[in-house]
Amino acid sequence: MYEAIVIGAGSVGIPTAMSLAEQGIKALVIDSGRSAGQGNNKCAIGGIRATHSDPAKVALCLHSLKTFSTWKKIHGDDIGWHMGGYTFVAYTEEISRSLQNMIPAQQKAGLNIKWCSIEEIAEIVPGINSKGLFGGTFSPEDGSASPMESCYAFHRYAVKLGAEFRFGETVTSIEKNDTFTVTTDKGEYSAVKVINCAGSFGREVGAMVGVDLPVYPDMHEAGITEPVERFFNPMVVDISKITGSANYYFYQYSTGQVVFCITPDPPILGQGTEETSTFLPQVARRMVKLYPRLANIKVRRTWKGCYPQTPDGAPVLGQVGPEGYFAAVGMCGQGYMLGPGVGEVMARLVTGRSTDEDRMVLNAMRLNREFSGTEALK
Amino acid sequence: MEIEARIRRHPVLPPLPDSWVKFSFNGREMVGRTGEMVSSAVFAGGEHIFGHHNKDGGAQGIFCANGQCSQCTLIINGVPLKSCIVPLEDGMVVQSVEGLPSLEDIDAPSVKPPEDIETDVLIIGAGPSGMAAARELGASGFNVILVDDKDRLGGKLVLQTHKFFGSEEDCRAGIRGTKIAGILAGELQEFPCIDIWMESIVLAVFSDGTIGVRKPDGYKIVKPRQLLVAAGAREKSLPFPGCTIPGVYGAGAFQTLVNRDQIRCSERLFVLGGGNVGLIGAYHALQAGMTVVGLAEGMERCGGYKVHADKILRMGVPIYTRHTVLAAHGDENLESVTIAAVDENFKLIPGTERNFKVDTLLVAVGLSSVNEFHSKAVEYGIPSMLTGDSEEIAEASAAMFSGRICGRKIAFSLRGESVEIPADWLDKAEILKSPGGSVEEYTDSTIKTGVFPVIHCFQEIPCNPCMTVCPKELITTDGHPIQGLPKYSDSCIGCRKCVAVCPGLAITLVDYRKNSEFPTVTIPWELGDWVLKKDQTVVVTEWEGKLIGSGTVLRLRNAPGYPSTMFLDIMVSENIANRVAGVRVQNPEVTIPAERIPELPIADDAIVCRCERVTAGEIRELIREGVRDMNELKARSRAGFGACGGKTCKTLIPRILRDEGISAEEITDFTERPLFAETRLGIFCGKEHK
Repeated sequence: MYEAIVIGAGSVGIPTAMSLAEQGIKALVIDSGRSAGQGNNKCAIGGIRATHSDPAKVALCLHSLKTFSTWKKIHGDDIGWHMGGYTFVAYTEEISRSLQNMIPAQQKAGLNIKWCSIEEIAEIVPGINSKGLFGGTFSPEDGSASPMESCYAFHRYAVKLGAEFRFGETVTSIEKNDTFTVTTDKGEYSAVKVINCAGSFGREVGAMVGVDLPVYPDMHEAGITEPVERFFNPMVVDISKITGSANYYFYQYSTGQVVFCITPDPPILGQGTEETSTFLPQVARRMVKLYPRLANIKVRRTWKGCYPQTPDGAPVLGQVGPEGYFAAVGMCGQGYMLGPGVGEVMARLVTGRSTDEDRMVLNAMRLNREFSGTEALK
Repeated sequence: MEIEARIRRHPVLPPLPDSWVKFSFNGREMVGRTGEMVSSAVFAGGEHIFGHHNKDGGAQGIFCANGQCSQCTLIINGVPLKSCIVPLEDGMVVQSVEGLPSLEDIDAPSVKPPEDIETDVLIIGAGPSGMAAARELGASGFNVILVDDKDRLGGKLVLQTHKFFGSEEDCRAGIRGTKIAGILAGELQEFPCIDIWMESIVLAVFSDGTIGVRKPDGYKIVKPRQLLVAAGAREKSLPFPGCTIPGVYGAGAFQTLVNRDQIRCSERLFVLGGGNVGLIGAYHALQAGMTVVGLAEGMERCGGYKVHADKILRMGVPIYTRHTVLAAHGDENLESVTIAAVDENFKLIPGTERNFKVDTLLVAVGLSSVNEFHSKAVEYGIPSMLTGDSEEIAEASAAMFSGRICGRKIAFSLRGESVEIPADWLDKAEILKSPGGSVEEYTDSTIKTGVFPVIHCFQEIPCNPCMTVCPKELITTDGHPIQGLPKYSDSCIGCRKCVAVCPGLAITLVDYRKNSEFPTVTIPWELGDWVLKKDQTVVVTEWEGKLIGSGTVLRLRNAPGYPSTMFLDIMVSENIANRVAGVRVQNPEVTIPAERIPELPIADDAIVCRCERVTAGEIRELIREGVRDMNELKARSRAGFGACGGKTCKTLIPRILRDEGISAEEITDFTERPLFAETRLGIFCGKEHK
């Protein structure tokens, strides 16, 4: 009998198991992948920001940032953390206004962010196309790390604290009597509590206990280049929408590669990982226009990853369905940056130690909300 | 113009155009041949170090010279590019890559969407199989796009200075590969429906049934009704300490430097691998006037054709079977290699180490098919076929034939007809692919009168031009018409055609008619007329290189109808005449090992992933920690994350797993991801390639 079973060993499940272990609960983590983070963790591009429009997400990611930025110092593993900041650039007056309007609330939520002039942006992103630029936000304490390196580091730490992992096992059903029975294609495990951290399979794992979790996956393609000497620091995000695509973003990873991703419009629904011929021409056109020197950097690899979306762009966190069943799903493509913060909140919730801030977050992200708002900085 | 590291005369290859441009390498002025690849020009300028890796400062040089591995990356006019596929231009500023390259600021380029193109058939690779298939399809009137990443048609044919095996009727046996490339290229010109895209590389196969191609005039998205993958093969590698020192590179790269660009890239070299590629590589080196101190082969006997092995043995190259390379020594440049004997389980036999001073080690440890486009196409439901080496590793003669069959099959299926391939074609396709068979016992010819050929060929290989060339049909076989061992019987007229045509240089003609005590032996000769002089005494050997005496050079003349093949007539004593198969050309002293074995580095230092410089030790440690998912291994070691996309380490890591006793079932394989070749982002939005 386990005190808790975590379903999913990815961006959310592993930090949750890690935080549970820190709270004294040695959970069993089950994942269908063959090793840690083989779902969509490895598809994440590695950006970590507390720059959101929703205060609850700001709060969660500030916790995450603390974990990522101090990991090497505390635990010794190099997870590729680079505090390069985030800049949301505005090439239309409308975006410029909308970004500036968010700043007071973001600052109130504890985020270090300011508005930058065209010249300041050109200094942060040397060589950026300033034609038509209105300026942008800059949040210097955001950054990036390696999703896989951090996933492995968190996994090692969780194991060290007593968490148990079963890879290559797919959960097929969950039954609740006095306790939970979790059946996989290889065995049966019982636990007092179950935490659904199943990412893109969040909805299916919810249905196993009769809960409808509004998680609808769509797919985004991403790419990575050859490494070159560092030439800019922050994640650059352009949220303008043109025919065929919504926002796109790119940054230079700690070892020199540029990583980039674009949001197709309309979205590509489902979980298919097959490559499309539209991605590279679409993203290249926008990136090269915005940052000309990127024309000469060589693209090395591309891939497609899943964004488990919810109708309002915010996760679902908390106790749902039968007593003892918890969900931490619907990360909307931000599972990596939300993961450690979510893990902490979930571990405190499961052990009955929620803080006031946790209650604020859990209230904002409860299942029985309206789902009517929209996250402006998806 | 006098340039040191160039081949000034070659027995087979015609001189390249005498047209030169100036460029600079790391600020030093150099001169290169117009249009040759930058990597070759830099090599000819005497520079073998192309940069130092940012991880450990290790020196890097060329490895594949084939557009696959990225080890030859140089900063060309400010942009890091694979120098082996960039043609040299006047005034180019070339720099080595020291650590990470920097990305210079540029003005905003104009952008445009890629061009969409539809075609009946897209053929990837314009080598022997791709060209043969294109010809069949062109003859049927189909629109074909034939894509190749090199600047000229022919694939590896342009490197093959040797005469072809196979049969004259099916695959032009007896003609040199370089010549065949030209013939096939000429044939394709006859068909306007064949669109040839040179210097173009396929980057990815997409789920919408399209294929992304980088062409010099821009990025194209091609939608074919049928895909044919004729992309050939890539060279395998072997991890040993020092395997990444500049000077250690693939035999294919060597052939490119020597036979395509006529670079004198080495003075003394050693060859690892006794397959046809390694054996021919050694022969090509000798033809180019280089010293070959030896060849090591891990198995009991060389995997390549015996006639190839015998040829280099006769010339004086020792072959060390059941040996492997333990280490390559040197810091920035290769200084020596240490080899040692291994037992049947490939375990090292202590005390058998030998060290040779060399500047180059050719790695020829096998080939693996380039078939990833096909797998992707199948996954995405695009009709696709494999041909040539992409389907199965074999000789170019087999590739040409298999290309022809594939072309025919595709033509039938596009017309919606049921495919009809003559049964004898399929039979021949199988025969041409077959490796060398077992070796029969050598039988001495006892005739001592008249004139007759002696055939020093005792291994069944798919090759029969000696039978088809004989005007009197005196050379026949009891076995298969192509594969069977040739036997001579009676009444030779002494025309020497069989001597001239044999790709294995395994036929001599012995003539007792003028002098029965000192008959004349005619030996096929492909080393040019400057190596031997009339009346010179030469050391002669029997078929496998054993010295049997000496002879006197009578004359050396061109073989009529066989360009670059010469007849060397020597006078020898009648007691050895029938056994004489060749002339020793290398002084045995050059093959003597060094007296002292340098200190051997530990095997764990061997680099498995060249791009990210990951050692065997690092991989082993992760495996011992329990890692079985190759994706985790890749993420944690970074092996496979580099510029080449795992093309080299993909075949090496499974060996380490095997050594560690991990069974294949325990292992989860890598996830394959595009792109096939690193490509500048600007190319996808219309910023030109050049």
